Amino acid sequence: MIAAEAVGLRRGGRALLADVSVALRPGEVLVLAGPNGAGKSTLLKLLAGEVAPDAGRVTLGGTALPHLHPRDLARRRAVMGQHATLSFPMPAEAVVALGRLPWHGTAQAARDQAAIATALREADVAHLARRAYATLSGGERQRVQLARALAQLDGAAMPAALLLDEPTASLDAGHRAALLRRLRHLAGRGLAVLVVLHDLQEAAFVADRVALLEHGRLIACGPPAEALEAGRLEQVYGLPFRHLPGIGPVPLLAGTAAALTPG
Amino acid sequence: MHLARVQAPARRIRRGPALVLAGGTLLLLAAMAAGLLLGPAAVSPAALPAVLADALGLAPLPEAFRRDAAILGVIRAPRVLLAALVGAGLGAAGAAMQGLFRNPLADPGLIGVSAGAALAAVAAIVFGAGLFGLAAGALGLWLLPAAAFLGGLGATLLMARLGTIGGVTGVATLLLAGVAVNALAGALTGLLVFTADDRQVRDITFWTLGSLAGARWAQVPVAAALIGLPVLGLVALARPLDALLLGEAEAFHLGQRVEVVKRVAVSLAAIAVAAGVAFTGLIGFVGLVVPHLLRLGFGASHRLVLPGSALLGAALLVLADLAARSLAAPAELPVGVVTALIGAPFFLWLLRRRAGLA
Repeated sequence: MIAAEAVGLRRGGRALLADVSVALRPGEVLVLAGPNGAGKSTLLKLLAGEVAPDAGRVTLGGTALPHLHPRDLARRRAVMGQHATLSFPMPAEAVVALGRLPWHGTAQAARDQAAIATALREADVAHLARRAYATLSGGERQRVQLARALAQLDGAAMPAALLLDEPTASLDAGHRAALLRRLRHLAGRGLAVLVVLHDLQEAAFVADRVALLEHGRLIACGPPAEALEAGRLEQVYGLPFRHLPGIGPVPLLAGTAAALTPG
Repeated sequence: MHLARVQAPARRIRRGPALVLAGGTLLLLAAMAAGLLLGPAAVSPAALPAVLADALGLAPLPEAFRRDAAILGVIRAPRVLLAALVGAGLGAAGAAMQGLFRNPLADPGLIGVSAGAALAAVAAIVFGAGLFGLAAGALGLWLLPAAAFLGGLGATLLMARLGTIGGVTGVATLLLAGVAVNALAGALTGLLVFTADDRQVRDITFWTLGSLAGARWAQVPVAAALIGLPVLGLVALARPLDALLLGEAEAFHLGQRVEVVKRVAVSLAAIAVAAGVAFTGLIGFVGLVVPHLLRLGFGASHRLVLPGSALLGAALLVLADLAARSLAAPAELPVGVVTALIGAPFFLWLLRRRAGLA
């Protein structure tokens, strides 16, 4: 539904992305993985339409993004960024309500209150609705931002896309698992989900496909078992990995290696 | 205690803009009635409906109210209307600039409009009579406002051009460009003041302190168009400005054309403020403080803050002008002095309160 076609982006004489082609399909979870500085967030910004590529193009449903009005784009895809700060104090509920802005003036606006309530519940922040956003912890804020993105896509014509940049970064183990299950569930409802993840076990758990980036280039894209193949990971991260059944690729630090050695 | 205060806006948020609009309108009407009836020469409250009825052709004016009618119609009505318009422009422009710059301490002066208007006004005072050979009355009525208006717009335009790099207007760049343009205009104004004679220096001083004493009926329709329309335009930008509360990237994700919003908001604010400054000189603190009062009471949503700031700004400037002409009667205090006397301590309290919450 959203596709990057041979996109490239240069900033300050450096190639942040070069010749990357990747297509996000309805009903799948596509994980962007790779080391720091590999271009994951940059690729997400290109796919979101926030940054225009220097080379190649990004399309949504076959239309190049610059030809779409931002409002029409916002009715088809929501983005949850890494950090969102507020310039003025607002209750969490009002932040989630901002997700309904693209639907102002449409028949969907009648669903606003229901969409906000559902999103607050699905992101497990209903109990925080009246707290001031600035007083929330990092993880709570991330969940409020997830709720905002979910509220934005409530009632959207399918296929629609949800793009998330490191959504698990500040979450505790319980909320991480809940978020990953939520993403699987959303994909099951036909949503196209693109998510940047650092944790390769989370990637292996949630992904239908993984796109592995290194130095701004796409070096593998496919099912987790293929894309996250141990030899390739060792080459990319400079660290040996071992695949454990049902867990995924585990980096072999000194202690881990000893613990995994039989006997 | 703190928590309760922080949570309060959430409960109020649903009451919606209608309540704030209704309350603000009532407050403005009350302030305007006070501005018309009170002052060094008292006017009988009964005169107000009588004069209104006469103006609308409903009933002839009773003989007893002839003096009151003259005070109301000739002196106070244009003054109160102009004060309301200028205050509305300052309030709405302040709210929009704080939202756009994502900075609670932003005020309309930040976009260079006040400094540019001051430079042009001072130039008009120093060179106007000599260049155009105009009588002082004509100078005050139209040349000075026209110069100030164009000077204010010119400074904002310059700032916007300097702040735009590669088609993108960076808010931080814009802020710094505003600081530079303000400093440059201030320096040039200083040069002009240096060359001015004593009478001109006095005119300049009073102009920079702001006053509504020069209000004339002829100015009211011009101000209504140049301030009223931009204020309505800014109110219509409430939703995009709400999206910008989250940041520029997020506002784009939410479907806003961010660059267009920035340009339109800065232009409308500059027109409204420049027109106000043109007729009344520099009046500080209204644009800075009024939006904060609204946010404290009703939350940060621009659907409340923008129209509320226009109404409250209008009411406050009408009342400040009433104080300016009453406190030292028969002399008049400059209204900018009154707004600063009230606004500066309030602003300091606000700063300390923010520090306490952070």
